[in-house]
Amino acid sequence: MKDTAGVLTTLALHFTLLSFLAIGGAVTGLPEMHRQAVDVSHWMTSQQFAELVAIAQAAPGPNILVVTLIGFHVAGIAGALVATFCMCGPACGVAFFIAQAFDRFREKRWRKAIQTGLVPVSVGLIAATAFIITRSADRGPATVAITAGTFALTYWTRLSPLYALGIAAALGVAGWLS
Amino acid sequence: MSDDDVSRSAAAATPLLVPPTATPDIGALFLGFLKVTVSGFGSVLPWARREFVSVRRWMSQDEFNELFSLCQFLPGPNIVTFALIYGYRVRGVAGAAVATAALLVPPVLLMMCVGALFDRYGELSAVRDGLTGLAAAAAGLLVSSAVQMAEPLFRGRRLPAIMLWGATFVAAGILQWPLLWVIAALVPVSIAVAWKSVS
Repeated sequence: MKDTAGVLTTLALHFTLLSFLAIGGAVTGLPEMHRQAVDVSHWMTSQQFAELVAIAQAAPGPNILVVTLIGFHVAGIAGALVATFCMCGPACGVAFFIAQAFDRFREKRWRKAIQTGLVPVSVGLIAATAFIITRSADRGPATVAITAGTFALTYWTRLSPLYALGIAAALGVAGWLS
Repeated sequence: MSDDDVSRSAAAATPLLVPPTATPDIGALFLGFLKVTVSGFGSVLPWARREFVSVRRWMSQDEFNELFSLCQFLPGPNIVTFALIYGYRVRGVAGAAVATAALLVPPVLLMMCVGALFDRYGELSAVRDGLTGLAAAAAGLLVSSAVQMAEPLFRGRRLPAIMLWGATFVAAGILQWPLLWVIAALVPVSIAVAWKSVS
């Protein structure tokens, strides 16, 4: 990377801005992230972007850490740290202070109405995210069966979901899903 | 929200009819968020819901939904804001710092290793195939937690809230309209509907 300082500045500006726009979860910020990384800055191909997203989703930790992978790909360790900090620091700081101010009006009717009113939309967004992720993850009967099996295991039993994830990964490596 | 409802939300995932009471200390906060983040394959949300609501019982399903939905509509990644606010709520500044650090530091280090490995081995088909399986299972886990989060709404049998849930799902999930439009259209309606039910 020739102009490291320049690249780091671009990463910092881009992810700080994005963090304030991405309401509703990591998935909702992906189209904008894709536009920046692939079309505007030419950091990677669309295919590479999709693979980094899949890895961040599969790996432990918040899915938003796809920005760590993008930062690492673009500018190594410094890029990873800058991207992660800018995606989480400023926006979460602002959110924290809004939440504290909001807490002071705990007993007010408008505060309760906002809090109660956000829930159906929020839970609906989670359902939408689950739908979108399932559609992109399930490419055929075998992957649909894995999704359904994992759902059954985690919904009706108290077994750790790690069993399902481990078995699914092993089936994939064994070549049964392709 | 009656005690009975709280017990039933807990009972959805566990056979015990005990309302949540435990307030974590610093050590428990650290371990709780650490466990959630290192097991958070697919998505951290299902693990957070499971660990905090069903296993450790730091909060009821409704309390979890309320805090999570607040974080969803505030800027920044939801689960990070969640750690910051919840940590501060129970254990002040130290709690906020410990919860956030436990959530972020281990996976960020892991991501840097994975990033380096991917640059070298990403072309291997075994890696691709393994990721395919992992992604399919992770999707099932996310569906399961989406259903569990929706359960209090459906048990409440308040038709307007259920319709708003459905409208959000259709608009954002099936039609995939721009998120800002969906939120701008549905949140004000939802708050107006809630206005009548709170005092």
